[in-house]
Amino acid sequence: MIKPEDDIHNALAAADVEEPSQAVAPANSVWKPLSWAKSNLFDSVPNALLTLLALLLLWETVPPLLSWGLFNATWSVADGTAAACRDGTGACWALMGEKNRLMLFGVYPYDQHWRPLLATAIVIAMLATSALRRFWLPALGYAWLGAVVVVAWLMWGGFLGLTYVETAQWGGLPLTLGLALLGIVLAFPLSIVLALGRRSNLPAIKAICTGYIELVRGVPLVSVLFMASVMFPLFLPEGVTIDKLLRALAGMTLFTAAYLAEAVRGGLQAIPRGQEEAADALGLSYWRKMRLIVLPQALRLVIPPIVNQFISCFKDTSLVTIVGLYDLLAATKAALADPEWRPFFVEGYVAAALVYWCFCFFMSRYSQWLERELATGTRR
Amino acid sequence: MKAFKACAIAAALAVTSMPAWAGPTVDAVKAKGFVQCGVNLGLYGFSAPDDKGNWSGLDVDACRAVAAALFGDASKVKYTPLSAQQRLPALQSGEIDLLARNTTWTLSRDTANGLNFTVTNYYDGQGFMVPTKLGVKAAKDLNGATVCVLPGTTTEQNLADWFRANKMTYKPVVIEKNEELASAFIAGRCDVYTSDASQLAAIRANEMPNPADYVILPELISKEPLAVAVRHGDDQWLDVVRWSLYAMIAAEEKGVTMANVDQMAASSPDPEIKRLLGVTAGNGKALGLDEAWAKTIIKQVGNYGESFDRNVGQGSKLKIARGQNALYTQGGLMYAPPFK
Repeated sequence: MIKPEDDIHNALAAADVEEPSQAVAPANSVWKPLSWAKSNLFDSVPNALLTLLALLLLWETVPPLLSWGLFNATWSVADGTAAACRDGTGACWALMGEKNRLMLFGVYPYDQHWRPLLATAIVIAMLATSALRRFWLPALGYAWLGAVVVVAWLMWGGFLGLTYVETAQWGGLPLTLGLALLGIVLAFPLSIVLALGRRSNLPAIKAICTGYIELVRGVPLVSVLFMASVMFPLFLPEGVTIDKLLRALAGMTLFTAAYLAEAVRGGLQAIPRGQEEAADALGLSYWRKMRLIVLPQALRLVIPPIVNQFISCFKDTSLVTIVGLYDLLAATKAALADPEWRPFFVEGYVAAALVYWCFCFFMSRYSQWLERELATGTRR
Repeated sequence: MKAFKACAIAAALAVTSMPAWAGPTVDAVKAKGFVQCGVNLGLYGFSAPDDKGNWSGLDVDACRAVAAALFGDASKVKYTPLSAQQRLPALQSGEIDLLARNTTWTLSRDTANGLNFTVTNYYDGQGFMVPTKLGVKAAKDLNGATVCVLPGTTTEQNLADWFRANKMTYKPVVIEKNEELASAFIAGRCDVYTSDASQLAAIRANEMPNPADYVILPELISKEPLAVAVRHGDDQWLDVVRWSLYAMIAAEEKGVTMANVDQMAASSPDPEIKRLLGVTAGNGKALGLDEAWAKTIIKQVGNYGESFDRNVGQGSKLKIARGQNALYTQGGLMYAPPFK
C-alpha cells in the first residue's frame, strides 16, 4: 500500500506540519504518526476501508494466535504425560521437550546422539565460515576436507572408539542437512557440465545432455526416488544391495542437476557472443575460456535461480520419507505417532516448519548479499 | 499421487513377470546374523520407534520372535521402515526377509504380488465411531449421516460400497491427514468417523476430551486380517516364520508366559507343552532349528496375549479390547495348529 512516492509525499507533508509548530515541539511527536496515517492509510475512501479491513483481520487473528502460542501455552510437563496439555487451552510446546530427540535425530542410537549433534554443529559452523569472503582462502578447502572426514567418522563410527552406526539408522536434521548439502554440492558441477553440453557443437554430447535434462525434468521427484529405491533393486542380482541413503542421494542429485543445468544455461546465453570471440582471439582453449571468461560472468548472473533451486532441493528432501528414510519431517511424524501426543500435531509441524524456514531464509538472505558482493562494478 | 500409482503398478508388473525368487533364506539369514524386517514408519502399537529410537509393537514382536527362534536372541533384528508403496517390492527384491507392516492379507497380494502370508497377527476391520449423544445403536441407523473419512484408501471405498449395498446415503467429509480428521470429528464437523477399528480405539482413548462421549459401533464393515508375509519360493523360511508366530499363540492357549516358561519346561506334565517347549525333542529338528526355539521366543518376547496387552491392549496407551484377536477358546479367531 505504501509506495516510495508516498514516503516522499509524507516527508514533505511532515515538513509542512513541522515548520509552523516549532514552538510546541512535544506536539510534533503526537501529530507526526497521525498525519502519516492520514496521508498513507486514510487518504481515500477505498484506502480507508482497506485499512479498517486489515485492522479487523489483525484483531481477529493476532490476539488468539498469541494467546494460543504464548500466553496459554504449556511449556513443560513434569510427569512425561500429555495430561497437563490436554487440560490447557493453548499450544503444547511441552511436546518438544518430550520428543525433540526423536524429531532431531530419528532412530539414531539414543546414547550416541551427541555424535550427529556434533556433526551438525561442525557442518553449520563450516557453512557460516565459508559464507564470509575473508575466509575464501585455499586453507578453507583443506578445512572442509578435514571437516568431511570428521563428520563421516562421527556419523558412521566404526573406528577410533566409536561404535559403527549404519546409514539405515541415520535420521532427523542431520539426514535432511546431509542430503540437501551433498545433493547441492554434487549436482552443481554436474549441472554446469550438462549446461555446457547442451550448448556444445558436438551433436552426440548435445543430444545426450538435452535428452537427459528433458527426461529428468519430465518426471516428478517422487517417481525418481521411487525408481531409485524400489525398482532399481529389483534389477540388481540377488545379494547385491546398494545403500538406501546412497540411492536416495543419487536420485536427488540427478534430479537437481537437471533443473540447475537450465538455470546455468540461462546465464550462459546472457553472455554476449563477443566475450567468447575475444577469448578465442586470445587463443584460450575451450575449458580455459569457459573457466576464466564465460562461467564467472554467467554464474553471477544466475545466482537467484540457482539459490531458488537450492532452497527447493533443501525442502524436497522431505520427500525421501516415501522411500523409508527419516528426514526431519518424517521423524516429526514418527514422534507424533505416539497417541498420547498426537492431538498436538500442529505444534510438531510448526516446530519442523520453523527449522526449515531458518535454513531457507538464511540461504535466501545470503544469496542477496552474495549478489551485491559479486556485482560490484558490473551492474548493468 | 497419479505418478505414484503408475510406478506402483509398474513395480507390480515387473514383480509378476520375474521368476519366483527361490533360495535358502534361512541359511542366508543365519550367515548374516540378523533378520531384516520390514516395518511401518510409525504406527503406534504395531511398529514405531519410541522416544529413544527403540522399536516396539505387535509387528515388531513378530520380527523379534523369528530372531529368537533362529538365533536364540530376539534383539538380532534390523528394521527397515517402509512406506505403503514400498513394502511389497522391498520384500520381492530381497531387501527384507520378512514383512511385518500391518499388511492386509488379500488374494491378489498372495498371488500376483509374489507374497506368501504366514499368520494373521491382528484381525482388524473397518468400523464406525459416533458421539454417544446421537443415540445411534447400530450402523444401520446411519442413513443420511455425515462421515469423516481419509481419501484414497480402501477405507473410503469400503464406506461407499457398504452404504450402497444397504441402500443408504451419506455425506463424506474428506480430509487428507489422520490428525486433522480426528480434530474435525471432535469439532463436530461430521456425525461419524470411520477407520480401522484399532485406529478408532486409539483415537477414542487418547484424543477425545472425554472418551465416554463417543461409542464405537459393534459392526465391522470390512475384513482386514493383518498378516506377516514372506517371499514366494522358500518353503523352509515360510515354515520357520509361520511356526514362530504360532508358538506365541499356542503358548497363550497353554498358559505358558514369559515368567513361568522355565518352570513349565522343567515340571509340566502336559505332553503338548513338553513338545512346544522342546522338552520332547523333534519339532526343532523338523524346522531346522534348535530344540529350545519356542521356549526362547516365549522367554524373550512372551506369548501372544502378553505381546497384545503390552503393545495394543490394556497395558498400552491404545487399550484395545481383544475382540476377534482373543483365542478361539474365548470367542476370538486366534488358533494355532497342534505342535506335533
